[in-house]
Amino acid sequence: MSEFAREFTALGGKLFEASDDAAARAYVERLVKERGGPAIAARRPSVERLGLQGIPWYAGRQDLAAANIGITQADYALANTGTLVVFSEKGEGRALSLLPPIHIAVLERSRILASLDELLEREPDFPSRSSAMVLITGPSRTADIERTLTVGVHGPGEIHVVLLG
Amino acid sequence: MGLDQRIDVALENLHLQQALTSVCRGFYTVREQAAAAVPDWEELRSRANAAKREVIENLPRYLDQLEAAVKARGGQVFRAVDGAAACRYIGEVMSRRNVRTVVKSKSMATEEIELNHFLEHAGVEPVETDLGEYIIQLAGEAPFHIIAPSIHKTRYDVAKLFKEKLNVDLDPNDIPGMCALARRTLREKFLNAGVGISGVNMAVAETGTVVIVENEGNARLCTSVPPVHIAVMGIEKVIPRVPDLAVFLKLLARSATGQKLSSYTSFLSGPRREGEPDGPEEFHVIFLDNGRSKIQANPRTREALYCIRCGACLNVCPVYRKIGGHAYPWVYSGPIGAILSPQIQGLDAEPKLPFASSLCGACREVCPVKIRIPELLLELRQTEVETAPQRHTWERLAFRIWAWTMQRSWAYELGGLMARWLGDSMPLGPAAVWAKTRELPKPPANSFRELWRKRGSRP
Amino acid sequence: MTRPRRVSLFATCLIDQFFPAVGMSVVRVLERCGLEVDFPEGQTCCGQPAFNSGYHPEARAVARSWLKAFASSEVVVAPSGSCVSMIRNFYPELFHDSPSELAEARALAARTYEFSEFLVNVLKLDDVGAPARPGVVTLHDSCHLLRELKLKDPARRLLAHVPDLELKEMIASTECCGFGGTFAVKFGPLSSALADDKLKEAVATGASEVVACDMSCLMHLDGRARRSGLPIRCRHLAEVLAGES
Repeated sequence: MSEFAREFTALGGKLFEASDDAAARAYVERLVKERGGPAIAARRPSVERLGLQGIPWYAGRQDLAAANIGITQADYALANTGTLVVFSEKGEGRALSLLPPIHIAVLERSRILASLDELLEREPDFPSRSSAMVLITGPSRTADIERTLTVGVHGPGEIHVVLLG
Repeated sequence: MGLDQRIDVALENLHLQQALTSVCRGFYTVREQAAAAVPDWEELRSRANAAKREVIENLPRYLDQLEAAVKARGGQVFRAVDGAAACRYIGEVMSRRNVRTVVKSKSMATEEIELNHFLEHAGVEPVETDLGEYIIQLAGEAPFHIIAPSIHKTRYDVAKLFKEKLNVDLDPNDIPGMCALARRTLREKFLNAGVGISGVNMAVAETGTVVIVENEGNARLCTSVPPVHIAVMGIEKVIPRVPDLAVFLKLLARSATGQKLSSYTSFLSGPRREGEPDGPEEFHVIFLDNGRSKIQANPRTREALYCIRCGACLNVCPVYRKIGGHAYPWVYSGPIGAILSPQIQGLDAEPKLPFASSLCGACREVCPVKIRIPELLLELRQTEVETAPQRHTWERLAFRIWAWTMQRSWAYELGGLMARWLGDSMPLGPAAVWAKTRELPKPPANSFRELWRKRGSRP
Repeated sequence: MTRPRRVSLFATCLIDQFFPAVGMSVVRVLERCGLEVDFPEGQTCCGQPAFNSGYHPEARAVARSWLKAFASSEVVVAPSGSCVSMIRNFYPELFHDSPSELAEARALAARTYEFSEFLVNVLKLDDVGAPARPGVVTLHDSCHLLRELKLKDPARRLLAHVPDLELKEMIASTECCGFGGTFAVKFGPLSSALADDKLKEAVATGASEVVACDMSCLMHLDGRARRSGLPIRCRHLAEVLAGES
């Protein structure tokens, strides 16, 4: 866990350790208020735990045209690289963690794995779970102009993890 | 312009020289640091080499397995014997779906087959979405580096381009602003494109999973938002099984940019499924041959197909560092380009290319899949002089005389004496070329063996 | 292996004909270490120029002569990383079709050493009694020595024991100098541009001499340095260890 925290924050990610589900919900709602909506959420178990009010469930890419914040589940995290793992199954899809400039991922503590090796051991049949699995390691970035790093090119520039017990 | 002239042009471009030195040394330094931080790096390289050897030596079987696996998950597969066939297939998808705009993520394979040119001709707008590729598309240029296509362009170049082509005025020092402009402009294209086209970093034969590695997010957008995703894959990109993924993914980003993992690694196993709110309805994988099976058929050079396109060899190559990507005859540059181009395009396209290397071996040292690039260059040199003797008449004669001389120490001594005697005034070939830019060594009065004889075997 | 008492010197064609003083320095150092040195007169070249240009039959013929010249040598020492690498790493390729010659080549290669390798790894000597050499030098890592023979330390250890000598490492000491055999004349301007880069880094260290274990690199760098009027000399490691000024 502390390795994940270290790696994730070194990449520029913002980590919030929620003491309980209510605190998690409060964090998300505060963020939405401060940064502005619209916010859309994926209807997945970890996200549902928060009991968010007034945030619509993701139903398709037409929802994303103007969305500012995408709230998704993180199915796993990889500690040694600060990576989030998201399966596109059920209410998740592929684009919610991608199109909105701010991405909030809800992660259950027990889902933190050591590394990619452990993920592949745990989910050797991951292609059967969903059509897409993505490993997200920090915000979107490029150094294509004079090797100068710019964060937030096509994907989110800001990434938050809300850690549930 | 031939190779020599393109080299001259590159050497004279001082700004380019600065950019190349900074890019190459920058990249190779972070790669070295990243590799040094992995205790079993050498073992990983060996395992990757072994996995690639297994696939490339049994390529037809693995391609069959991959095809079946992709289809089992609702994807479509097209085997393209060459670029024209691949383009035609893509063209058919465009017509069937009435597509006007295509968004593309970075793919050397699509550069190889000149897909954009074909699409434009067919009345479809191809939009490059990788920032570096977008910049060179605006400039009408080929990629300069396998993973950093616009690295030769300064911020001033880019600002000027954006002004000319997008009619937007930006301060050259506002690099974030330029990126934001690209983001805004391209976002609209992502949302309206009828097809997204990507490359493939690797594909798992066992499961039919296509893997795409990137930092910007544009490849994810190309493969998530449009209703159709076409992945163009060089047939050598297959890997056998899921566990092999860990080996290659540990090597790829570190070798390319010194990152542990790139920002996004996507694993795509078919079109969207029941219950998934988004994703493409159609998923096509094009198996691009374009001369690769010819390489595969030659056991002496087939390891060139192990390449995972990390670009590490470019960054350490003294030749690439001076001449840059545009001096090479084809889309693949650097050491990997020097062994691939002659095999796919044929040696006739640029017979000098395999010789444009000092054989320093830096590439061999950093290649994550342990391709013995210098050995392959030597192989190509031998092939060139043996299959195109007409291009080497004088050189062959010179080496015959040289060999005759070197087998007889009396002749060798005589030759040495003559060379020392002629000294600076030796006008012939090599000495004249040398003397254009360097002083010739001062000929000594005696050879070593003459001195040795004078002194006797004890001092 | 047990410490040899006698070695055969493979001077290399370049040193034999154009840099005899380097050959004499090698002999001086080896004798100072208590060895008897012989010089098989049948020697000429290892065959590398033809091999690197794609002319295998010609290279093979010359390699055969090399094997013959040193057939009765107990140990062969050569002041050239690229020649020793040719023998150790590429003779097997040249003779892969001929099992008896392959065996012969392998056996002889197993007792052929590069000069710095021989002193440090075989004689186990870091200190070869070099005379004092006050000043600053920098070391260029020749490519074949570094990457094909995997030798980076021996030269440094030997230089560390030269009294009053300071070794300053240059940035990119492992980048190629640009010689590359026929590359130097087939791609003259490119080859010279690489020499310029190397010399720039060498001069930046404040060194008055660039030291290396391969005369081919040194000849190329020295030629370019003199043409450019740079105040830096190029010296073979043997010359430094022998005390040549």
